[in-house]
Amino acid sequence: MAEGEKYRKERLDRGIKARSDTIYVLASSRDLLYLLMPRALPVALLILLPILLHGTYWEKVLFYSCIFGLLALSWDFMNSVGLVSLGQALFFGAGAYFAGALNHYLGWPIFLTIPAGTIGGALICTALLVPVVRLRGVYFSIVTLILPLLFAHLIETLEILGGTHGLLSLSAYPSGWIAIYLAVGALLLVLFGFRKILDEDFGMILRGIRDDDRVVMAAGVNIYWYKAQSIFLAAAVGSFAGALMTHYYQFVGRSVLALDYTILPLAAVVLGGPGSFAGAALGSFILVPLSEALRAMGGLRMALYGLILIGALAALPEGIFHYLQRRYHQFERMVKV
Amino acid sequence: MTEDVILEVRRLTKTFGGIMAVCDVSLEVRRGEFVGIIGPNGSGKTTLINLITGFVKPTSGKVLYKGQDITGKPPYEIACLGIARTFQMARTLHKLPAFKNLIVPLCSPRVRKFRGGKYGERDDIAIDILDDLGFERDSFVPYKIAGTLPHGYLKRLDLARCIALRPELLILDELFSGMAMSEVAATLPMLEKFHREGLTIIMVEHRLRELFRVANRVMVMNFGQKIADGPPQEVMEMEEVQKAYLGTEVEE
Amino acid sequence: MEIIIYGITNSISLALMAIGFSLTFGISGLPNFAHGAFYLLGGILTWIFLNQLGIPYLVAALLSILAIGAFGFFLYWGLMLRLRGLAINEVIATLAVAIVIIEVLRWMGFSGFSYVLPPFIRGSVNIGGVWVDNQRIVMVGIGAALIVVLYLFTRRTKTGLSFRAIAQNERTAIAVGIDPDWTAALSLAMGSGLAVVAGLAILPLGAIDTEMGYDILLYALAVGIIGGLESLPGALLGSFILGFSQILVATFLRAQWQTVVTLAAIVIILAIKPSGLLGKYKELEERV
Repeated sequence: MAEGEKYRKERLDRGIKARSDTIYVLASSRDLLYLLMPRALPVALLILLPILLHGTYWEKVLFYSCIFGLLALSWDFMNSVGLVSLGQALFFGAGAYFAGALNHYLGWPIFLTIPAGTIGGALICTALLVPVVRLRGVYFSIVTLILPLLFAHLIETLEILGGTHGLLSLSAYPSGWIAIYLAVGALLLVLFGFRKILDEDFGMILRGIRDDDRVVMAAGVNIYWYKAQSIFLAAAVGSFAGALMTHYYQFVGRSVLALDYTILPLAAVVLGGPGSFAGAALGSFILVPLSEALRAMGGLRMALYGLILIGALAALPEGIFHYLQRRYHQFERMVKV
Repeated sequence: MTEDVILEVRRLTKTFGGIMAVCDVSLEVRRGEFVGIIGPNGSGKTTLINLITGFVKPTSGKVLYKGQDITGKPPYEIACLGIARTFQMARTLHKLPAFKNLIVPLCSPRVRKFRGGKYGERDDIAIDILDDLGFERDSFVPYKIAGTLPHGYLKRLDLARCIALRPELLILDELFSGMAMSEVAATLPMLEKFHREGLTIIMVEHRLRELFRVANRVMVMNFGQKIADGPPQEVMEMEEVQKAYLGTEVEE
Repeated sequence: MEIIIYGITNSISLALMAIGFSLTFGISGLPNFAHGAFYLLGGILTWIFLNQLGIPYLVAALLSILAIGAFGFFLYWGLMLRLRGLAINEVIATLAVAIVIIEVLRWMGFSGFSYVLPPFIRGSVNIGGVWVDNQRIVMVGIGAALIVVLYLFTRRTKTGLSFRAIAQNERTAIAVGIDPDWTAALSLAMGSGLAVVAGLAILPLGAIDTEMGYDILLYALAVGIIGGLESLPGALLGSFILGFSQILVATFLRAQWQTVVTLAAIVIILAIKPSGLLGKYKELEERV
């Protein structure tokens, strides 16, 4: 830069961005590619990965990434209604125990326990959280933080559901392909499903509640009913992840209610960028493999998640996804002031 | 006679930690009336509105709407009965596009009762309503994110949200405050039109000139109490009112 | 008799745990989820000063209180200031700080019987047929003294009054020249220091366990929520209710029920009366 002259960065939108989100003016196949690539490429990659990684250790990592991705999506969905959960472990644990107990005590097969665990777990979580749905901000979060701990202690104290030992030797998946494709399929379905829901009229109400719940009330909409519905949806996704994981491990114990299942999804969303769902998924696909690579650190991994959370909150509040998105849709150039 | 009364406020009182915000206020509004509420700042007008619309629970007293007791009902139920209100500070859903703001009332049980409203259809209805209120449909204005619109538009968006609810009673909390003269001049005839079409309106306002043009009755509040109620001309001549509210203005 | 004495000591120890958390939250609205971690870190720091560096007990204790207080102060300027406004980011950030501290300490292995702080006064006395060790009496003394000091501090000193001003009405307080960030940082520093004071008073009763970092936070939350998060008398009432019910449950059922009761109390109170028993319910008004 020459001395005496001042430059500043200018950001420009790439030309193709149309006025509204629903109308695109497509001039060429290049434009079409420009719009489709960011969606099609990750989807294709996700579908191919199980085949590429088959038989390796990283297949398991992919499965975990999807599980935590589902939990992160569930967190992000609740967040988009203004409900901040510190208890994804509750959803996860409810689904895991529900499916595990049905399989262990009643001998239900896998293709029944997973749907039952999803619905049952979601119903339990919704019933638990609806009484406190009126609480604002921090207070709601405190309840979600406490509930999984409470249940972990109850299971230990009452020695129910296997107590401290957990429920052992649950049914396994008939084939590894089923497990991995269930996880990948669910992740993609939930990702695009949630994005779609938030663009519908239903989603407008949810986003409105987050913006200003008094305005929504003044418009004659029962915000508590909508909050309950979104808790149910989020809890169903979390419970599904739990049920999936239970049969993968063929075991369910108090560890499913541990803080890990709360902190890692939370760190994933904060890192990836809340509000877009894609950020949540991206975050878990960065964090889970990273933490597997750092297995040697053992207990320190939790500390690492904490550090990532702090760093992401302080340094990159918009998240990686939004940063990438901006770089993709805009370009920068230097202009003379 | 009682069938004509759309809203009856009976001896409403609200205290906040020892401070009387609203003290023993009674009010009757008949169908088709245009009632103005005036009074100095902090005289309890907004609290009165919050009490009627359920945002604040009264310490004592009753609110009857079309003969039905609505005291203590949640705000969304009251809104669904047909009482719409604007907010003093023009609260809108800042992160949504302006026209999407109206999706919320259009999805309420009250409006669903009137017409089906499929997906996409609501967008058209919303644009229609906004167009009537001066958001030109062919401009970019209705599609902009609400938070980026100028204040005057936000106020009208607040009003549009009420109209979308198809209310029978409209309560406006200082709609004109912060609006430019030209905007006020454009909005006033719309209110007159809604009123002619049968809408009952209660209007809290500091701009007396505009208020007196449209209101056929005025209630004056001071220190949480009702000190006068009657036709605008008569009320303004009362000594008590002039002392409490207008005295300072005359001296200027 | 046993129940009464243990109930009182348990209640006071709960009050000690909660007092710093309530102070910070009451003044600046900052929920310091790292409270338990500070409690733990303070105890371990004192242990290190005492056993590795050979510093006298009293000096070691004062040093740790100051160190953690300063840490809280700089945590505010370094991190919390960037996140102010969104309560939820504050919760997530402080929780993350707590996790980092606790997990690192756990990894370094600061748990078990070799990590014990000596009691201030050894021995025990007999009160009404029950043997109570002196440390518990010292703890009750510290707790009572702290409550009195805090009460006087918030009512008599200039800093204390500015704390209360910020807590009551931030905007007006700013208008009369109170710096809200300075006050909040100070309140976080004091809350953190108080966490260490509580740790030093209570830890000599047993061995240090890193798991405490989470438990103390839960106790502090429970006490605060039962009594009303922003009021000092509320915190006191909450700790007595919780303290006695814990002892009753432990006596007539089993010790494991203590935690269940604590956690259940939080959830139930929040569902029934979110403002706590003595809290002022901040009604969601626009303007009177």
